[in-house]
Amino acid sequence: MSYIKPSFRHPELPVNTLGYKRKDYEGSLSTLCAGCGHDSISGALIQACFELNIEPHRLAKLSGIGCSSKTPTYFLGNSHGFNSVHGRMPSVATGANLANRDLIYLGVSGDGDTASIGMGQFVHLIRRNLNITYIVMNNGCYGLTKGQDSATADKGSKSKAGSTNLFQNIDLPGLAMELGAGFVARSFSGDKVQLIPLIKAALAHPGFALIDVISPCVTFNNNVGSTKSYDYVRQHVDATATVDFVPHAAEIKTTYEAGSNKLVSMHDGSLIKLNKLQADWDPTNRDSAVHALHEANSKGEILTGLIYINEESQDLHQLLNTSKKPLNTLSEKQLCPGPEALMDINQGLR
Amino acid sequence: MQATDIKNPEYFHKVVDCQYACPAHTPVPEYIRLIAAGKYTEAYMINWESNVFPGVLGRTCDRPCEPACRRGRVEEEPVAICRLKRVAADNKGDVSLHMPKGPFPANGKKIALIGGGPASLTVARDLAPLGYEIHLYDDQEFGGGMMRSQIPSFRLPDEVLSQEVNYILDLGIHTHFKSYVHSLKDILSKDYDAVFVGTGAPKGKDLPDLPGRWDAKENIHIGIQWLANVAFEHTAKIGKKVIVVGGGNTAMDCCRTSRRLGGEEVKVVVRSPFSEMKASPWEKEDAMHEDIPILDCHVPKSFVVENGQLKGMRFEKVMAIKDDSGKRKLVPSGEPEVFIEADEILLAIGQENSFPWIERDLGIEFDQWEMPKVDAITHQSTLSNVFFGGDAAFGPKNVITAVAQGHQAAISIDLYCQGKNLTERLHPMVNLVSQKMGIHEWAYDSKIVDDLRYIVPQADKKLTLKDRKKEVELGFDLENGFKEAQRCLNCDVQTVFTTSRCIECDACVDICPTSCISFVDDGEEMDLRTRLSAPANNLTQDLYVSEVLPTKRVMVKDEDVCLHCGLCAERCPTTAWDMQKYFYQVTKAGSCKHIL
Repeated sequence: MSYIKPSFRHPELPVNTLGYKRKDYEGSLSTLCAGCGHDSISGALIQACFELNIEPHRLAKLSGIGCSSKTPTYFLGNSHGFNSVHGRMPSVATGANLANRDLIYLGVSGDGDTASIGMGQFVHLIRRNLNITYIVMNNGCYGLTKGQDSATADKGSKSKAGSTNLFQNIDLPGLAMELGAGFVARSFSGDKVQLIPLIKAALAHPGFALIDVISPCVTFNNNVGSTKSYDYVRQHVDATATVDFVPHAAEIKTTYEAGSNKLVSMHDGSLIKLNKLQADWDPTNRDSAVHALHEANSKGEILTGLIYINEESQDLHQLLNTSKKPLNTLSEKQLCPGPEALMDINQGLR
Repeated sequence: MQATDIKNPEYFHKVVDCQYACPAHTPVPEYIRLIAAGKYTEAYMINWESNVFPGVLGRTCDRPCEPACRRGRVEEEPVAICRLKRVAADNKGDVSLHMPKGPFPANGKKIALIGGGPASLTVARDLAPLGYEIHLYDDQEFGGGMMRSQIPSFRLPDEVLSQEVNYILDLGIHTHFKSYVHSLKDILSKDYDAVFVGTGAPKGKDLPDLPGRWDAKENIHIGIQWLANVAFEHTAKIGKKVIVVGGGNTAMDCCRTSRRLGGEEVKVVVRSPFSEMKASPWEKEDAMHEDIPILDCHVPKSFVVENGQLKGMRFEKVMAIKDDSGKRKLVPSGEPEVFIEADEILLAIGQENSFPWIERDLGIEFDQWEMPKVDAITHQSTLSNVFFGGDAAFGPKNVITAVAQGHQAAISIDLYCQGKNLTERLHPMVNLVSQKMGIHEWAYDSKIVDDLRYIVPQADKKLTLKDRKKEVELGFDLENGFKEAQRCLNCDVQTVFTTSRCIECDACVDICPTSCISFVDDGEEMDLRTRLSAPANNLTQDLYVSEVLPTKRVMVKDEDVCLHCGLCAERCPTTAWDMQKYFYQVTKAGSCKHIL
């Protein structure tokens, strides 16, 4: 088995505006099972960060426990990383974000790490609207412990061993909508054309951004009867629209016919271009987004693409009106201004 | 685009760039792996089977394989294929056990070979084991032809050459050395079933009309004749100041030999710009290393002779420009003529064919350039039992080309003698075998090393310049030979794709270090080339296209810079990708006799 990726790359690959090559965003060689959907998501993250010209040292990857949470080793090897406790990544991310608001935060979690052991942390992360891109690598099973059904496994889905899941699944995008998340999307590891622009848009979104990525477990959940297999997902996928992310610097060259497309502008001036929109769906309207999700569920379809975006999202720092300078750059004197300042505050409350 | 037909033997052959570029199609990666495994005898035999003179070629080959080597497209330098061949030759054990051993049951047919060079010797080796009685004629004392007369001993020691020539002569060849063939008619009257002409391109070009050429002719020599005189020890010294005119490999041999025979100020003077010289880059380097300046863009104007004494040569300075049609021409630079002093001058400005000994009324047709009309595939002349090969057939090329042509001529002679159709030639022998040993294990060393090309050590100049027989290159030692062998990318271990097994998980796309693999909507080739993971701009390299997949897309692999590292197959959950070793062997004379 190979543990080291050869160092040669295609000599004609482009560099981004920072002068970096795609290789500069890669990580170690994956030790996940061959064909794991998670590796494709890693590939999409690498490509998205390369294309967004993110300086690797400006990004922090945080993860919990699980196959999904191992992946940060396999991408962005030059970025910060924190592999935290099972289901507790949101707490660590909250602390890190409050201490240094200047970094770009990427949370990587799985269906177990999010929908089971980490559910409590997950819902509060949404409630607080922490500025983080939260990727769930969702394979509907506990791959690391030989494939037991997870909380996102669909009712009626068959495991590799042949048993049928009796329990109702937790639909993470639906839950996030209910909790008021400002950016909700779902995608499929086997569809990078859709996933890469979604990741870019999520990274540009100020506040909590969820991408629930269905990522088949080739070893334990890619069997006939599973609703998270490559074949099943491909047969039942239904996109809200095609997604294109336009960074603020680039100008829009293509024109789209009215009615089937929509431009969503983001706080930093970049745009999300949606094309071939589904009928009765407006990504900026929560009610229509919830409706689209429910309708797809009742038809047995897997709705992918951007589901909802709140263009007026205000993240935790804005809500708390914290210091514009990252806390970790403030001097001790600024952080502990002394008894006079306390006196002033107390005086102000009298 | 049409799905790739990997059943066509040429598809995977083309992926093995070195082997494809080699005129004899030697299975290069196969023998390099054997060298890495320390199996020098086996590595030698793979070569011997294909190119007949591994020890000679491992020192002197023109190396068409190296510019083609895939490694040269992902880093600075190709694998040192040629010098690895020498590692096999230098370290081989007893090869006689692996070689055909006579006496062979006679088949009653007699063949005459005119000329004792690489082409004729190849024909002899291929036909002797089939029972042919072979008669080889040459005017030299020993076999080897130009390999003996033109390649200096400091590049090719006599014992290396003689050993490999003798492997062939020992197959029971009837040699007629020191007998110059004056008449083909005579030979044809001797009841040979077929005659092979491998007389090379023995005539060195001259500058007969240049002023002064004939005024001091004792001191003006034709390069290849002079080299032959040195080789056969008729010439043992040269003047202190020497000019070598010409820019090919013969010129490099002439100047370096001059340095060993007393030449102190030896200069190479050549018409064309340095970068366009015909000599191989490494031969130019070796010459310059021996303190021989190369003066380019100098066109000979006259020999300067005073009182019957050669003084030197005058040259006109030129520059290379492109004319309107894009053709390169040399135009005078306008600078004054250059005079270069010389005691002796060697003309190494090319060589040509010469057939004064072939009567023109035998039925062998010649073209306007006095070259025989020879079929490019069968090597048959217009006289059905006379065949040509090597430089004699299509003009001066190199040893490896002569060997390749010898093989083809031998096939034709064998077919001819059996009364069969010469154009019904057998396909190559090919074999494609999976290298899978376990889930993530391969039978070949798939790890890609980063090492840059190793330099072949040379003997001290102080010693080599004193002795014309002292070999300059020392060859790789075993340790560096191993390290250099590890640089080979194993391009013969093919990435074989089975469409029906693919689940389109993208794992191969994500892992491929050189972005060779893409899953895209089908299209025409030139359109596809622009839509892949990395631009596929090298049009000499094929796209490997699958049948249409369930998502209506196709898998497209650009063969250009594939490292053959096997990661696509390691990361493939369904073995849609497999690494399979492709062995391609050019069919030799009599290969499938038992089938026919």
